[in-house]
Amino acid sequence: MTSIANGLTVTEPTPAADAQPRRRGMRSSRKRQLTGLAMAAPAILLIVTFFLVPLVMTFWISLHNWPLLGRHRFIGLDNYQRALVDPGFRTALKFTVVYTLVITPILFVLGLGMAFLVRRKVRSAGIFQSIYFMPVCIGLAAGSFLWLYLGQSQIGPLFDLLRRAGLVEPEGNLFAGKWTGLLLVIAMVTWKVVGLQMLLLLSGLQSIPDDVVEAARIDGAGRWQLFSHITVPLLRPTLALVLVFSVAGSLLAFDQFFIMTRGGPSNSTITAVYAIYRTSFISFKLGYGAALSVFLMVILAAVSAVQMLLLRNTDHG
Amino acid sequence: MAETTLSRADAGTTPAPATRKGSTGVLREVRSSMPALAWWVICLCLAVAFLYPIWVMLSMALKDPAEQGQIPPSFFPHSPSLANFTHLASVQGLNVFGNLANSVVVTLAATVGTVLVATLAGYALARAKFWGSNLVFFVILATFMIPFQAIITPLFMVLKTLHLSNSLVGLTIVYITFNLPFGLFIMRNSFAAVPSTLEEAAQVDGCGIFSALRNILLPIVAPGLVTTALLTFFASWNEFFAALILITDQTKFTLPVTLTLVTSGDFGTVDWGALQAGVALTIVPCIVIYLLLQRYYVSGMLNGALK
Repeated sequence: MTSIANGLTVTEPTPAADAQPRRRGMRSSRKRQLTGLAMAAPAILLIVTFFLVPLVMTFWISLHNWPLLGRHRFIGLDNYQRALVDPGFRTALKFTVVYTLVITPILFVLGLGMAFLVRRKVRSAGIFQSIYFMPVCIGLAAGSFLWLYLGQSQIGPLFDLLRRAGLVEPEGNLFAGKWTGLLLVIAMVTWKVVGLQMLLLLSGLQSIPDDVVEAARIDGAGRWQLFSHITVPLLRPTLALVLVFSVAGSLLAFDQFFIMTRGGPSNSTITAVYAIYRTSFISFKLGYGAALSVFLMVILAAVSAVQMLLLRNTDHG
Repeated sequence: MAETTLSRADAGTTPAPATRKGSTGVLREVRSSMPALAWWVICLCLAVAFLYPIWVMLSMALKDPAEQGQIPPSFFPHSPSLANFTHLASVQGLNVFGNLANSVVVTLAATVGTVLVATLAGYALARAKFWGSNLVFFVILATFMIPFQAIITPLFMVLKTLHLSNSLVGLTIVYITFNLPFGLFIMRNSFAAVPSTLEEAAQVDGCGIFSALRNILLPIVAPGLVTTALLTFFASWNEFFAALILITDQTKFTLPVTLTLVTSGDFGTVDWGALQAGVALTIVPCIVIYLLLQRYYVSGMLNGALK
């Protein structure tokens, strides 16, 4: 069939009855390609101008002493050398890591617990899902302003609850202590984010086939064995995803500390992004700020890669 | 919801005395209804914890000036008033309603822009492939990996060169760019899922690319469109970091950045009532839209995350 068709088109010496549509076909496919390119052009233009160019410039600027006004000067890798020994940036990095290490397990355990809780196929479970997920649509900044009031000394309702429970002094100030301020931020972020973790883990749980669980149960697996031998291994891709989400999000934390603690007390809650913001837009050392940004990108990429690798490898182990 | 709880709990416990099996029977009955009861108690406690901050916000926003400074704070506004909202027009010398308008304009423009650009490019990358189109898709997806916080300094300089710094137009363009990878991903997959015979049939009938796109494909990919629009809406409406850096003129601030000025009064002089009124203006539209379009938003979050 195909050979006949081929023969027909190739050995077509006579009038253009057949060639005509074919040429039109080729022309229209080229036209279609050009149309496609034209349709993608706005997206390409935007990504190149406002993403790729700034990305390349970040590296370029980081090799300069680059004040906001006045001339910039090429200084090679000096900015990077300086960043490695800068106590301010080190403290900020250390704090960011501590924050990430504290909040990730909290979100993870709570999210998993809530996913198990609302897994039931009853209407009320669906309603609870919607309630727990609701703060996810609220902005981090708006949530921070809300919790700033909640925890405010004396007039804040949450402060009042804690005072009644005897957990804070009547005249105390939660934002004056490094750890109490951090705890408030963690409470706010958990309230705002944990619904998403719950939802992701829930969809992972629901993708585990019922017959696998049933088979294990018939084989006499207890509740804990079921969890550790069936649920966790089959949930691994989702677990990896949830971890990457919360680690990447925490390493980039800014809004909540800028608004709720303002980096205080005495600069103890300055995060990496906060440090970059202060370097570039308060001190206007753009070159140095760019070098810090490159560090942040590298750290973030490395952490994500390691996490993915770890969780993917053990999958086969 | 509270009613169902009660009836559920009752249903679990009432049969126990009725059967009169002696104390061990009652105990067994109570014990067997414990998990259901515990489930309800835990779920309701969590629900209260999640809704409490929102209640506090609304309550504070509606308190009159005399009540909002009370120590300890009252639980609900005893004489509800809109004084905090009217005060937003003058708090700290700002007109927050002007900033609200900025937020509305930037968010709507960014949403329409992202949907438009992502639909055109999504169609092209799925259906009208050109030389290098796969590379384009790959590069755009790769931008997911890079946090925009890291490139904000040069972005500021690029905008300055284009005379778009400190301008709402510039901010809108930045939001479109940041939301584009996600939107493009969703739209390309939506178009790729439509059988190509459908479009071919339209072309045989004499439809051009654009009329086929508008009349036949768009209704089919509508869920993708709504998801893209919703995600862009929430991201732009709530965005803080870029708005804080790229806009320097107070009258051009968006709502979240404006609220930092409301809190920046000297300690003790912060107008907490007005602040919560401003927070309510920021949060309530999000919650209303979430409740109306929950299905699309949730599926979008899952799709985007689970790629």
